[in-house]
Amino acid sequence: MSIDMEQFHAVFFDESQEHLDDMEQLLMELDLGDPDPEQLNSIFRAAHSIKGGSGIFGFDALTGLTHVMENLLDRARKGSMQLTVPVVDLFLQTVDLLKGILQAYRSDSALPEEAIAEGIQALEAVLNNENPPVANDEAEEDAGFGFFTDITPAESDNGDGSQPSEQQDEWEGFGFFEPVAEVQQKASEEQGYGFFEEPDPAKFNNEPQYGFHKPLDEIRQEAKYAAVQSEGPSTTGEAIPRREGQDNARVARQSTATKENTSIRVDTLKIDSMVNLVGELVITQSMLSMISEEVVGHCREKLQSAIAELQRNTREIQESVMSMRMLPINMTFNRFPRVVRDLSSKLGKKVELIIEGGATEIDKSMIEKLVDPLTHLVRNSIDHGIEKTDVRVEQGKSETGTVILRAEQKGSSIVISIIDDGAGLNRQRILSKASENGLPSDPGMLDKEVWQLIFQPGFSTAAEVTDVSGRGVGMDVVKRNIEEIGGRIEIESSAGKGSAFYIHLPLTLAIVDGMCVSIGEQIYVIPLVNILESLQPLAKQLKQIGNDSLLWIREQYWPLVKLYELMGVEGAIEQPTGAIVVLLESSKKRFGVQVDALLGQQQVVIKSLERHYRPVPGISGATIMGDGRVAMILDAESIADFANDRLIQE
Amino acid sequence: MSFDSHLHNDNSGSTINEYLSFVLGDEHYALDIITVKEIRGYEPVTKIANAPPFIKGVINLRGDIVPIIDLRLKFDVGEATYNQFTIVIMLNVLDRIVGIVVDGVSDVVRLADDDIRPPPEFGVAFDSRYLRGLAAVDDNMVILVNIERLISSEELGLFEAKSGSDEE
Repeated sequence: MSIDMEQFHAVFFDESQEHLDDMEQLLMELDLGDPDPEQLNSIFRAAHSIKGGSGIFGFDALTGLTHVMENLLDRARKGSMQLTVPVVDLFLQTVDLLKGILQAYRSDSALPEEAIAEGIQALEAVLNNENPPVANDEAEEDAGFGFFTDITPAESDNGDGSQPSEQQDEWEGFGFFEPVAEVQQKASEEQGYGFFEEPDPAKFNNEPQYGFHKPLDEIRQEAKYAAVQSEGPSTTGEAIPRREGQDNARVARQSTATKENTSIRVDTLKIDSMVNLVGELVITQSMLSMISEEVVGHCREKLQSAIAELQRNTREIQESVMSMRMLPINMTFNRFPRVVRDLSSKLGKKVELIIEGGATEIDKSMIEKLVDPLTHLVRNSIDHGIEKTDVRVEQGKSETGTVILRAEQKGSSIVISIIDDGAGLNRQRILSKASENGLPSDPGMLDKEVWQLIFQPGFSTAAEVTDVSGRGVGMDVVKRNIEEIGGRIEIESSAGKGSAFYIHLPLTLAIVDGMCVSIGEQIYVIPLVNILESLQPLAKQLKQIGNDSLLWIREQYWPLVKLYELMGVEGAIEQPTGAIVVLLESSKKRFGVQVDALLGQQQVVIKSLERHYRPVPGISGATIMGDGRVAMILDAESIADFANDRLIQE
Repeated sequence: MSFDSHLHNDNSGSTINEYLSFVLGDEHYALDIITVKEIRGYEPVTKIANAPPFIKGVINLRGDIVPIIDLRLKFDVGEATYNQFTIVIMLNVLDRIVGIVVDGVSDVVRLADDDIRPPPEFGVAFDSRYLRGLAAVDDNMVILVNIERLISSEELGLFEAKSGSDEE
């Protein structure tokens, strides 16, 4: 058979990963006292789908483990077994193990055989304790595997009365792999599914592993449909009528189609290249508008209005392309209930996790890179921050510690906060540890500076190294990861009350609204979000304190940064009264920068300077102007710091 | 030059590589032609704040922001004039693009490993760390530059310190 199995493997891996994530989340949400049967069903179906898929592709390790897990789950959903915390724990561990196996298959690496054997044993131990009605279970197992064996619906009725609907339910979990017998018997249903071109039983039996004869896209589509349908609450109920004819099948499909999330899976590379192309489009558009300035005659007006139209459209394209890359930060946050649950039980602490602002959208590339730093910070908060229960009670705090994970948009940046009500950072211990490790420190340092010490490489204050934190991967890695995605991290801490870590991240990585200004021969772009206003200062507004220039504007003093000095540009206007001052606001400071002239406002595409060069203080990146020249984009945040440093040095 | 077109082994069994030779001041240098992306004329650059003088600035190379360094300024050879004859060799080194300004590009030379003699300890503008060796081409002595090591060196400061040549 000439089909490239790799394609199907990739789909299977992606879907299994999603199933596992779903399972994990559902397990976390389960109310043990009164489990929602629909949730249990969903978990069961997820496990079942993985088992079926792995069986088809011959991923036996997955099949074996999910098989046992499914048995247990099945008993739980039928109410014949009481779910307890240890059992859910065991399920969660199994999910982890399955993820590991999946990863191993995906990367073609060695399987964790021992862990698999142990996992199966642990599950079987629980299973045997419960002493189930074995026959019933076995029958169902057969049904689960039934795509290739020729079970007819009549045969599968060998269990109790509820069996047929259950079996149908299971088949639906797979959707795209119709059992042979089913195909033979139910021509009408085949029409409903319509993706087997050759329902030739002989062929099916000969090549049971490759049960599809349709292009990948179609299978994918059907798979999606099936997956969605299997999540619909009405599935079981509708399963039997569906067998009776095409029309009914169609009804069932419609009723679930409305619930379908109309999304497609797109390779991020494609979106990235689109973002780049739109960037080029923006540059071309600004080229055009530049050329239109040179046109004379009655054409000029027409051209300019057309270009204005183009500008609007480009902007809209840009926004929608950018929004494709934006994902809710919940994608990252969702993993933390599990992390907190595991950690707190391991450490014998009581911790409540509060997640706020999970719907805040951030760039996809940042979501992936946030996982590690956030996990580290949350682990830190629980391990080092939150005290043991008895200590908390002694100190008059509530027994349960609280960790808040919050995301919010502030202006052009996203702020993620990790706040705990634990012991706070220990100033003394940080200082003594720092001097032990030969880091520059002095007892008179400001708290803020002391906290920054923990970001130094090789710094860990944990008195005892636990396997939770302090494994050598320190806060320096956290800081570096965050800086890599253009963010920064701040700490606030108060002894006995708790500590807070704030991660500031840029909203988008690709395009910024900017004001182009000239300094000497050079053009700089100032991001619009930082600009408060611009003005030509009067002599009486200018004050001098030592070497610092200050501006007195509306009853306030504004430090004045002379950009030509800072950037070392020659031939710029030096007298502030002859120049323009742009008042800027960064997250910490407000100040004015002196430029020669304002050139106009435009959207610019941020190009990385670091790609081929290195970071430059005061500059966040570069862009290409309409005439093809390069202009630097000023970074208000670092200009403030940079100007400060220079003043101190001088 | 009239070599046959095969790049691999010659009679003695040693590898033949192609090098681009260029002029800096009075000296002839050569670098591995594999690292050369293109050769273009000098065009106005955008200056980078507080960069050393030999880092002329950055240009737009088809959408990439690429730094241009003037080796004449760095090694204090030749005259750093910029006119329509000024040449920039665009290099692709360690997955980065860097342009170097030189006095002129002369030729593509083919050298066997056997032809290359160890570099002198001193007497050339480049530190011997950045040299691969010496070779005689026609009547000229050509100095082979280890361009990767030069471009990624801390001395040029083109890359951030943490991403040294060893790590990348």
